Amino acid sequence: MKSVVCIKRVPDTETRIRIAGDGTSIETAGVKYVISPYDEFAIEAALRLKEARGEGEVAVVTVGDAAAGEQLRSALAMGADRAVLLKGETTMDGLATARALAAELGAAEADLILFGMKAVDDDQQQVGAMTAELLGLPCVTGVAKFEVQEGGVVCQREIEGGVEEVRAPLPAVVTVTKGEYEPRYPSLKGIMAAKRKPLEEKEAQLGASRIRVRALRYPPERPEGRIVGEGAEAVSELVRLLREEAKAL
Amino acid sequence: MGANVLIVAEQRDGALRRTSREVMTAARGIADALGVEAHALLIGAPGVAGQAAELGRFGADRVKVIEADALGRYHPEGYTDALARALEGEGYAAVFFTASAQGKDLAPRIAARLDVPLATDATGLAVEDGAVVVTRPVYAGKAFAQVVLEATPCLVSLRPNVFPAEENPRAGTVETLEAPASEGAWRLEVRGVAKTAGEKLDVAEAPVVVSGGRGLRGPENWTLLEELCDAIGPRCALGASRAVVDAGWRPHAEQVGQTGKTVAPQLYIAVGISGAIQHLAGMRTAGTIVAINKDPDAPIFKVADYGIVGDAFEVVPRLAAEIRKLRES
Ligand SMILES: Cc1cc2nc3c(=O)[nH]c(=O)nc-3n(C[C@H](O)[C@H](O)[C@H](O)COP(=O)(O)OP(=O)(O)OC[C@H]3O[C@@H](n4cnc5c(N)ncnc54)[C@H](O)[C@@H]3O)c2cc1C
Ligand SMILES: Nc1ncnc2c1ncn2[C@@H]1O[C@H](COP(=O)(O)O)[C@@H](O)[C@H]1O
Repeated sequence: MKSVVCIKRVPDTETRIRIAGDGTSIETAGVKYVISPYDEFAIEAALRLKEARGEGEVAVVTVGDAAAGEQLRSALAMGADRAVLLKGETTMDGLATARALAAELGAAEADLILFGMKAVDDDQQQVGAMTAELLGLPCVTGVAKFEVQEGGVVCQREIEGGVEEVRAPLPAVVTVTKGEYEPRYPSLKGIMAAKRKPLEEKEAQLGASRIRVRALRYPPERPEGRIVGEGAEAVSELVRLLREEAKAL
Repeated sequence: MGANVLIVAEQRDGALRRTSREVMTAARGIADALGVEAHALLIGAPGVAGQAAELGRFGADRVKVIEADALGRYHPEGYTDALARALEGEGYAAVFFTASAQGKDLAPRIAARLDVPLATDATGLAVEDGAVVVTRPVYAGKAFAQVVLEATPCLVSLRPNVFPAEENPRAGTVETLEAPASEGAWRLEVRGVAKTAGEKLDVAEAPVVVSGGRGLRGPENWTLLEELCDAIGPRCALGASRAVVDAGWRPHAEQVGQTGKTVAPQLYIAVGISGAIQHLAGMRTAGTIVAINKDPDAPIFKVADYGIVGDAFEVVPRLAAEIRKLRES
């Protein structure tokens, strides 16, 4: 059983985003980078699958600059067996990223290709399904839990107000959301072992990026709020304000 | 005349989803700005064509209908094929989706198939010099990007609750298309849905959200929030902070924030939630924010329009009672 997990280097979710002087990108100085949280769920899922079956390989792939090697090492430290860095500049156009991943994965002969449901920087929620389409593979998105059985993967997919069960024959693409797979912390042994695991570098075959960012802005300031009062006594006034001022009730 | 615009309407159990009215209204606006027609695509089981009139009411000049027994419920491959069929032979300027579980699954598939880029979860749309300009949140709403898609059709999914639905009646002429005959070739087997929230609205789509955090002390105390939600009525859904989801008090489907759902209800009531940056990211575009927290320095008060400093166990039952009284009068 060969799994490949596609991961992205993104700013830590604690980061206070500052817009750079060019007005279209963010200030990167001083930003701490991590593996996108959903991609960690996907790595954890792949590792558990390998452990449960007692055989197999887990590879991790990223498209990014040289610094993204850091996140690949973290994934190796969690327990992945090998890593591939596709060097290139990613943009908001997920289809360009998907092209680079499809070019690499087409030859990888993986049984299961895992993605995070979304990368928490551009929040585009698209690269997994696009890559699947380019590869001609079946794809299930937003999966909280899955099981591999008899040549297929049975997925619990989160939809509005429910969970849908979908089966895909292998090889397949699955995008993972938060659910079963709380990621492990790398052990000291894992961190040491990661230094000796293979990390291959190649040029990414990115397509042209066709999403042009004209401007990046801070969210509209919320008007100054107010404390209506303390305790249950304040409720009448709150209800009045919600009804008459905010017209929200 | 230039190329028209299309929306992919969504139905559940044969009834048009409320969010599709919002998307239809937005598409109507774009069509008017471009001086073209707004079309809708309705996919579903036989009989779904009956929903076309409602799309007409919200601004559809034409409604393309694809009916098949196998298309009653969303099927990723079936719907991708159906949408591809509707796009054959008509070069649309733009195609709009709802940023729902369906839209977020379907849109990237068709984008890859057509070889065009996709902007997800838009909160703003405009036309400038004949081009569609999309505003969308990035970094979970810590910033907003204004983007232009340099290909046609331009594919955009729209965040629920952000675009108003307004009636703007047009002909809504029904055009029936043949269903793609590829059922046998589908590889995905959609086996059925286990409902988690009964008939309740999903937190990402509800106009009012009551969210609870660790301040509620235990899952048994959610009856408090359920009563408040009931008092507000069927438009209300429950949300949760990650702390209570991680503790297993509430399902992940209710989590609001950077690793949960991004919500934009008209009213968001945060109870016993401190307001961590990852939580704020998921709800700061709400219309009105109310915070109930016993700590006057809790960061949630910085984004709240109205705050009550106090014990949730005293404030929430009173709030439920007063809202119920208001609705009954
Ligand atoms: C990678 C990552 C992703 C994350 N993603 C998310 C996310 O998507 N969503 C999310 O919510 N969090 C997320 N978090 C977690 C976030 O950092 C906070 O830990 C979490 O939001 C805190 O939840 P809380 O407000 O319920 O708990 P706390 O921070 O413990 O706050 C509880 C609040 O309740 C108040 N309180 C206590 N008793 C009462 C009472 N009787 N009446 C009224 N108020 C009371 C307290 O004053 C306090 O403000 C993420 C963290 C990381 C690292
Ligand atoms: N640059 C990248 N390199 C590798 N995988 C990526 C990259 N960008 C996105 N992905 C994968 O695609 C998923 C969805 O990303 P997105 O569509 O950008 O939200 C992520 O969770 C990753 O699994």
